[in-house]
Amino acid sequence: MGLRDVAVVGAGLTKFMRRSLETGRELAFEASKMALDSCGLTMDDVDCVVIGTAPDAFDGVHMKGEWLADGAGGWRKPVMRGYVGGGTGVFSPIQAWYHIASGLFDVCLVVCEEKMSTCQPHPQGAFLTIFDHTTERALKPNLLWIFAMEMQRYMTTYGISERDIARVAVKNKRNGLDHPATQVGADITVDDVMNSAVMSWPVKRLDVSPTSDGAVAMVLASDRVARRITDKPVWIQGVGWSLDTQYWANRDLAYPTYLEKAARMAYSMAGVKEPRKEINIVEPYDPFDYKELHHLEGLQLAPKGGAPQLIIDGVTERTGNMPSCPSGGLLGVGNPIAAAGLMKVSEIFWQLRGEAGKRQVPGTPARGLAQAWGDLMQVGTVIILGNEPSSR
Amino acid sequence: MTRRVAIVGVGATVFRSVSPELSYKELMYEAAIRAYADAGIDPRVDVDSFVTSAEDLHEGTSIFDEYTPDQLGGVLRPNHTITADGLNSIAAAYMQILTGEFDVVVVEAHSKASNSLTPEQVAAYALDPVYTRPLRAHPHFIAGMEMNRFLSESGYTREQCAQVCVKNRRNALANPLAAYGASTELREVLESPPAFAPLSHADIARYADGAVVVVLADEERARQLNSIPIWVRGVGWCSDTPALETRDWGQAVYARLSSQMAYKMAEIQNPREEIDLAELDDSFSYKELQAMEALGLCEPGQAGAMTVAGETKPDGSLPVNISGGSLGTGLAHEATGLLKLFEIVLQLRGHAGPRQLKNARVGVAQSWKGIPHTSGAVVVLGRE
Repeated sequence: MGLRDVAVVGAGLTKFMRRSLETGRELAFEASKMALDSCGLTMDDVDCVVIGTAPDAFDGVHMKGEWLADGAGGWRKPVMRGYVGGGTGVFSPIQAWYHIASGLFDVCLVVCEEKMSTCQPHPQGAFLTIFDHTTERALKPNLLWIFAMEMQRYMTTYGISERDIARVAVKNKRNGLDHPATQVGADITVDDVMNSAVMSWPVKRLDVSPTSDGAVAMVLASDRVARRITDKPVWIQGVGWSLDTQYWANRDLAYPTYLEKAARMAYSMAGVKEPRKEINIVEPYDPFDYKELHHLEGLQLAPKGGAPQLIIDGVTERTGNMPSCPSGGLLGVGNPIAAAGLMKVSEIFWQLRGEAGKRQVPGTPARGLAQAWGDLMQVGTVIILGNEPSSR
Repeated sequence: MTRRVAIVGVGATVFRSVSPELSYKELMYEAAIRAYADAGIDPRVDVDSFVTSAEDLHEGTSIFDEYTPDQLGGVLRPNHTITADGLNSIAAAYMQILTGEFDVVVVEAHSKASNSLTPEQVAAYALDPVYTRPLRAHPHFIAGMEMNRFLSESGYTREQCAQVCVKNRRNALANPLAAYGASTELREVLESPPAFAPLSHADIARYADGAVVVVLADEERARQLNSIPIWVRGVGWCSDTPALETRDWGQAVYARLSSQMAYKMAEIQNPREEIDLAELDDSFSYKELQAMEALGLCEPGQAGAMTVAGETKPDGSLPVNISGGSLGTGLAHEATGLLKLFEIVLQLRGHAGPRQLKNARVGVAQSWKGIPHTSGAVVVLGRE
């Protein structure tokens, strides 16, 4: 796919936590060092750097990418920071893919960092500034409210119960217990979710991922170089992204059309014709438990309104036919926004290499997909990884 | 085989110091429809991907990419934003087309700088929050220090820098897009009140509002379209260091490394001979001289003398900032580099009207991220 094939050859991450003592730069450094060490490279081997981090408002640092650059190894090198809101964590490796697939570079370091704890008293203050300054901001909207609207619309359209949605939080928080970076792994029940405080009905405390600090880094290389670095390159088979209109209030929130577009773009590049059979393992974006279900449908991995049945049937458990969020996801590991997206891609990388430790899914998965979502319920970013390059 | 990529459409609004009658969306829309008409394409059918340049704090909106697709015709298509100058987005679009997965990619950047009543306070948020911001200094002090170091290291003079202001503002008189065209005398610049000595107020480019949209396509599509394709021969970009404490204050290292990358791609061995016109960063007057050195467009130490001798005027051996540059057209946040690229495209096409140069075949555009950073981009364009 592309002018030449691109592989992931190394990854590393910091622990996700509520408040880190490290600065954003230090978090970026720690993750970058770990990723480079994991594949035996140094910054001398890296041709270019891609930085992913969501709004500058979290850190209160204007041009945050520039400020993070030297922590992320971006000294006297081509450095690029792209973003699509919450979708950034999966978009950054896509951006690194086009750097390498273009033929201009051989090795790219991707670093995603987020430090939300500097935003006091709560990052919701920064989130207020993502809304339209004239038509929406004056209403002082809160992200929980708009997602509550979407959750409610999803439940009403397809007749889905809060209890079935809560199963996702139970699964992901349990999976998260096995992740070394976890902030919020826990053994809980559906009743615990149902009895947790209502934040904005139907969203309850345990339906939601936390705010976090953390960084994740990944090393990508061209086919020629990747095979020299490792015996087990994990290939990027397909990428896709799509951005819907800013006028989110005009859309039917029951179904993420933008994600379907992004997924079809990625499937087409990867030569995937029947996603439900050909995707062995999936990391859909799960900042809220209903989002995992919503996204499985947008990804064409479940029929519309049919994702809850997958979790009821155990299909998305680690031992199921199509494990979903085996890492624990944002609900089970944590949600330093851009870093959380790249954590999902790194999980697919480790699972396909058989290096996921206690989280390793049974069998030998050959192809996995990671996805993120963001902006005003507006963008889908999709990456497909496999043990072989794209067959197309 | 590597694909070739061309610029097949450009569109821009006029640039003005204020634009109370237009929102940024209207500016973007106006530039976009001009670019699409120029390329002869329908964005909803023909464009595979959109790349926009924006910084959240310039827009006053977080994750600004939310507000980009509608007015570009990019809804439900691949769109993403880059937090850098428009020339960096040109590099991103160029790479996307080289992969072979995209044939037509649109790049957009704009400025609505007049919305910021205190832009220097916004810029101050780019200073290191621990080490530098607590000094509570106006961020332009960095430009004053850099100019001082540059002059003392290179032997250039304030007069030579002032000559850049005179030239660029005069060039802008012939550019209908420009906001700050003027017949300025050298004396007026030199007697302008000091801002951050040796920098005077006249040495500082002022902000303007406007938008630029560029359409890029692979060779096959470019040859099918009606406009005269202008080829992207090389791109380069580079970040030096955000640390004030350890950077090289006298030289634009980022510009040198970016140009080396772009020249290598463009197979340019001797930029002084092979480049016919340059649009360089002149957000502060001395930056143009610094950039000429960094890009190898003069013998070392000769940028000032060349400027005084008129070599960089429109009728000189190497016209620099014939558009008027940022001093003449206005500093336009992320659109600054695209304005420079826009001029080169017009010149290479032969569409620059009264400013048209004879025999312009290869041009270079260069931009800088701005205070307080040391990163930038270079794009080399050619008629062949």
